Amino acid sequence: MSLFDKTADELQRLIKAGELSFADVTQEAFDRIRELDPEVAAFLQLNEEQATARAKELEQTPASERGPLFGMPIGVKDNIVTEGIETTASSRILEGFIPIYDATVVRKLKDAGMVITGKLNMDEFAMGSSNENSYYKKTKNPWNLQTVPGGSSGGSAAAVAAGEVPFALGSDTGGSIRQPAAFCGVVGMKPTYGRVSRFGLIAFASSLDQIGPVTRTVEDNAKLLQVISGHDDMDSTSADVPVPDFAAALTGDIKGLRIGVPKEYLGEGVSEGARQAVLDALRVLEEKGATWEEISMPHSKYALSTYYLLSSSEASSNLARFDGIRYGYRTNQAENLLDFYMNTRAEGFGDEVKRRIMLGTYALSSGYYDAYYKKAQKTRTLIKQDFDQAFEKFDVIIGPTTPTPSFNIGEKIDDPLTMYANDILTIPVNLAGIPAISVPCGFDNGLPLGLQIIGRPFDEETIYRTAHVFEQATDFHKQKPGLWEVAAK
Amino acid sequence: MAKITKEKVTEVAHLARLAISEEEAEHFAEQLEAITNAMELLNELDTENVEPTTHVYPMVNVLREDQAEPGIPRELALKNAREHEAGQIKVPNVLD
Repeated sequence: MSLFDKTADELQRLIKAGELSFADVTQEAFDRIRELDPEVAAFLQLNEEQATARAKELEQTPASERGPLFGMPIGVKDNIVTEGIETTASSRILEGFIPIYDATVVRKLKDAGMVITGKLNMDEFAMGSSNENSYYKKTKNPWNLQTVPGGSSGGSAAAVAAGEVPFALGSDTGGSIRQPAAFCGVVGMKPTYGRVSRFGLIAFASSLDQIGPVTRTVEDNAKLLQVISGHDDMDSTSADVPVPDFAAALTGDIKGLRIGVPKEYLGEGVSEGARQAVLDALRVLEEKGATWEEISMPHSKYALSTYYLLSSSEASSNLARFDGIRYGYRTNQAENLLDFYMNTRAEGFGDEVKRRIMLGTYALSSGYYDAYYKKAQKTRTLIKQDFDQAFEKFDVIIGPTTPTPSFNIGEKIDDPLTMYANDILTIPVNLAGIPAISVPCGFDNGLPLGLQIIGRPFDEETIYRTAHVFEQATDFHKQKPGLWEVAAK
Repeated sequence: MAKITKEKVTEVAHLARLAISEEEAEHFAEQLEAITNAMELLNELDTENVEPTTHVYPMVNVLREDQAEPGIPRELALKNAREHEAGQIKVPNVLD
């Protein structure tokens, strides 16, 4: 047993009863990290001294002023800036970079009394689906250390799956929260574009990026989204819409819920295990009063190409700021300023990042702009329309999060197109800007599978309600990787 | 199908300010050609009368009062620069 077998709610009750202190909870996180992280390799930086001091300080706050996640430890993906804690986005080009301010989400975590334990590994600049693109280390999947945790928020998902921390923040541009959540058997939510401020998130593709919560249960997930949501003057794309009480949406009642199941999401490339797990999940939801129908999302197959053109184009522009002058890595090999830029960037970026910068630069260059970039913006419209039409008739859309469970480290790293295909079921959601969750829904050869539940813009409530009903009716979320118990006291 | 040559990759790398060796250019040319060829799948769609989407939700300009607000103090702005002197960031020669 570990303290992190419990939900935040259960931990708060023990704290209130005086059986547990905030210091104990923080201590548990660092004990487990010390025991497990040499193998899992989820953390890049630890914040132990500050976290321990903070946990002690929190005891002074009267119980009446404590929110639901007060005193809970959390890990933060390394592309979210944290004042005074090195933030690299897992890139050499930001080695040694110490941010001078907190991202809005980090400020919100602190305001809610959460304790920041450290920074989590990822694919460099969030480009990747396996965490193998980190300059610093390769995070392992806690369910099988030979396999990848997924990516790009692989550190976030692995840390939560191993019980190193009960909470983590990730970011999702094309599936980077949901895909690793599926691979690691945890709950990951990509909120509606604009729900969460991107201020202080190191930009990959600005029209697609969104920060979101990674947790072991749906209830904890809803509570963490509550903490980080809301309009922010510092992000002109953050939406000025009311933030509902997400936890209150977990009513346990989905009678009359209408589910659309795109046949394209269960088609070619989707493993038998993943297909079967989704069909089983639909049966569970049916028993709880939902109905489902097969539908068609005819433009699904164009999503991957659309995504890589748009995200790489945006990235080529966003990553132009990394020039070695004001912060980060700088080359020693330069005769003049042009050399300085060229060498700093060549030495500072990894191959996948270079590939995407070049693809984006090419797609935006004169003579190709209309054929690639503009064409992709038009197909994005068609993909979004597929969802608009489906949501006229259905409350949620359901399918697998990924076509297959996790794969071996090294298996796909030399073949970009095969690697990109991991995200084929998550990418359409980012293009449409809508919210979606991945919840554990089964196993294939001992590796977790994820169920993806997609909702209308700003209707995370229906997603959470559906995910919660499914979770409570099944026991997938209660299963833990073998190493979980290793670290238990 | 677009042919991506080594020369094209070198040109694009220059535009992107990435130093690149001959071998790298060759390697990336192969990969980028495979990727762009896969993306030409989009050409089977007729998008003549489709409006492009740049952002999913309608965006409006966000304006604020034109009042000066405090910026970043100089020592903080310089904190992450590897080389600086007399309150300024050092770079290689800009003029030959």
